[in-house]
Amino acid sequence: MYEIVSREQLAPRIVKLQVRAPRVAKTVKPGQFIVLRVDQTGERFPLTVVEHNHRLGILTLVVQTIGSSTEKLASLEPGEKISDLLGPLGEPSEIDYYGRVLCVGGGVGTALILPVARALSANGNEVVTLLGARTEQLLIFTDELAEFSQQLLITTDDGSAGSQGNVAEKLTELLESGERFDRVYATGPVPMMRAIADITEPYAIKTLVSLNPIMVDGTGMCGGCRVQVGDRLRFACTEGPEFDGHQVDFADLLARQNYYSDSHNCRLPDFSEDGN
Amino acid sequence: MADKSNLPDRQKMQRCDPRERAKNFSEVALGYTDEQALAEAQRCLQCSRPLCVEGCPVRVDIPGFIEKIVEGQSEQAAERIKQTNILPAICGRVCPQEDQCEKLCILGNKTEPVNIGALERYVGDKTAPVSKDSLADTPVDQSISGKAAAVAVVGSGPSGLTCAADLLRMGYQVTIFEALHEPGGVLVYGIPEFRLPNSIVRGEVEYLKKLGADFQLNVLVGRTVTVDQLLEDEGFSAVYLAAGAGTPWFMGIPGENLPGIYSANEFLTRLNLMRAHRSDHATPIVVGNRVVVIGGGNVALDAARSAVRVGAQEVRVVYRRSRAEMPARKMEIEHAEEEGVIFDFLTNPLKFYPDQQGFLGKIEVVDMKLGEPDESGRPRPFPVDGSNRTWPVDTAVIAIGSRPNRIVGETTPGLSTTEANTIEIDPPTGQTSRPEVFAGGDVVTGSDTVIAAMGAGRRAARSIDRFLQEDSTN
Repeated sequence: MYEIVSREQLAPRIVKLQVRAPRVAKTVKPGQFIVLRVDQTGERFPLTVVEHNHRLGILTLVVQTIGSSTEKLASLEPGEKISDLLGPLGEPSEIDYYGRVLCVGGGVGTALILPVARALSANGNEVVTLLGARTEQLLIFTDELAEFSQQLLITTDDGSAGSQGNVAEKLTELLESGERFDRVYATGPVPMMRAIADITEPYAIKTLVSLNPIMVDGTGMCGGCRVQVGDRLRFACTEGPEFDGHQVDFADLLARQNYYSDSHNCRLPDFSEDGN
Repeated sequence: MADKSNLPDRQKMQRCDPRERAKNFSEVALGYTDEQALAEAQRCLQCSRPLCVEGCPVRVDIPGFIEKIVEGQSEQAAERIKQTNILPAICGRVCPQEDQCEKLCILGNKTEPVNIGALERYVGDKTAPVSKDSLADTPVDQSISGKAAAVAVVGSGPSGLTCAADLLRMGYQVTIFEALHEPGGVLVYGIPEFRLPNSIVRGEVEYLKKLGADFQLNVLVGRTVTVDQLLEDEGFSAVYLAAGAGTPWFMGIPGENLPGIYSANEFLTRLNLMRAHRSDHATPIVVGNRVVVIGGGNVALDAARSAVRVGAQEVRVVYRRSRAEMPARKMEIEHAEEEGVIFDFLTNPLKFYPDQQGFLGKIEVVDMKLGEPDESGRPRPFPVDGSNRTWPVDTAVIAIGSRPNRIVGETTPGLSTTEANTIEIDPPTGQTSRPEVFAGGDVVTGSDTVIAAMGAGRRAARSIDRFLQEDSTN
């Protein structure tokens, strides 16, 4: 069992949780994730590790409530426990010195970009951070990112903070005005990552995207997270989650992402305990 | 020897009615009654040179345990089996006896062989509670020095459980690391309850806990902790890698990533481990009316029969060779047919097409012909020109095999692995290129049987003991 140490509402439907998981906290690196199961009847789902304190054995997770499982997790109070937490999973982000690096975070994807951007900065890169959200209320981790970003650019759909528009428009504007980046990291909704990758491709800027596909076990067993990257079929759980954005088949990914949405009904008979 | 022509017929195990069982996950084969077990045990000729034993990968004393059934001594029968096989209730159910012990039974020459599997299962089930209560009597070998040593077992499937049990009996401290949230490996995520009830596996796990095994769940060795950290920081003197072959193969044909196409692992894990078919469990699964399963092994049949149970109207198994070459057990093929599964033999998938929503909509296949034997010894199938056809499909399950994942190999410096991610060992000992690291089961062989994995676990336990003893005398 894994104890919730603290809970903080960051924005509407976005909650930050600290969880005690000493083994994971000891070895996790930026870009890696965990898979958890809240209770005995829960589903397993992945979450990025935003921060960790290996001395205290604590992980910081961010969850956006999008269904009953994430709602159950987000409603837990300090002292309550989740039954299973496995990690760290996936390969760590590629972190080195590249020069001037752009980190793009869309919506709750900002939680994923924070540890990557911080590590890039610690490796001497000039980090420019570009965040996008629907509205000001939904912006998260702006103070944390401002600490080490040379520039922190914000876009909101409604113009309530930063410039009105989205991150893709902003990036186009930056590149067209002559700004240059040696590398781009993008995390966020699939259409956003696809847009960013499409924009950087003609400029030949290496662009890494961190995927968050459907998965069950997170250990390479189910293949639910498979994604076509160039001419190879890759498993995001063991070989990702970070891939070359110019190689990822986003259309494939998007279709799979929507498979369990409510509109698509499961046609299963109702099994009782007796029918196991 | 008795005149075989006068021998009584093989006792038939009761099965659930196909129409009933196709609606639930209860066990299909119901096991022998006491009377049936006695009658079947009495069919055994007690050969002086029993061929059946030679057919058993772990050399269970088959005539020995059957004799004890005849004498009405099921606990002694269990002891006989457990000398070589700690999991009789499991092996009695899932071993391919028809290709092993029963294939060599002398009775098979004139009539049907002794139903060794059913008798093994009978003994396992009959004695399960007793053996668990009488653990205080389990002999623990205290004679060898240095037994305080701790061994880490990676993976809690049949190979890991067997190795752990043997090491515990030798007096070692054993910690079993399991990546999933439930112990049992393929026995719980893969094999469905209608073939192997989870309660049987849970019983065996409880047995090991009482022997002193420490199960650490949610630990993925290679990521959560490395093999080197286990040896250097966590005080383990040796490691047994039994992580299985969990990574599914895909065919690499167009459309294979469409939503609605599952690996057999994903499909079975959602149902068996996550209980997606239950309304009180949160894990989703989508099973449409028309299901196609690709492959010809037991896993393909497990997936097909599970699809029937969760309400699919039409379930077809597509296999590129003919019925004769199917690797699945004959009994399982029969059970699947009774439950309404349709077989498309000599048929190979070429492509999947999306529907208007972008989900799986159609499958295109081609007919196959069998040619000369290939390197596997089976006739090589090749496509018949112009025989392509398509039909509408809602759900597809790819069950063409699996291989080990890459994590342990990549994170353990000096560990020799093959291109297929299997770990290289010295076959007689199970020792890897790293002297303190042993490996066995599917992580070494690729997908194989439960009993082969258990045999490897037992062999490794002996080697680990020898390795640690030699080390302590140096």
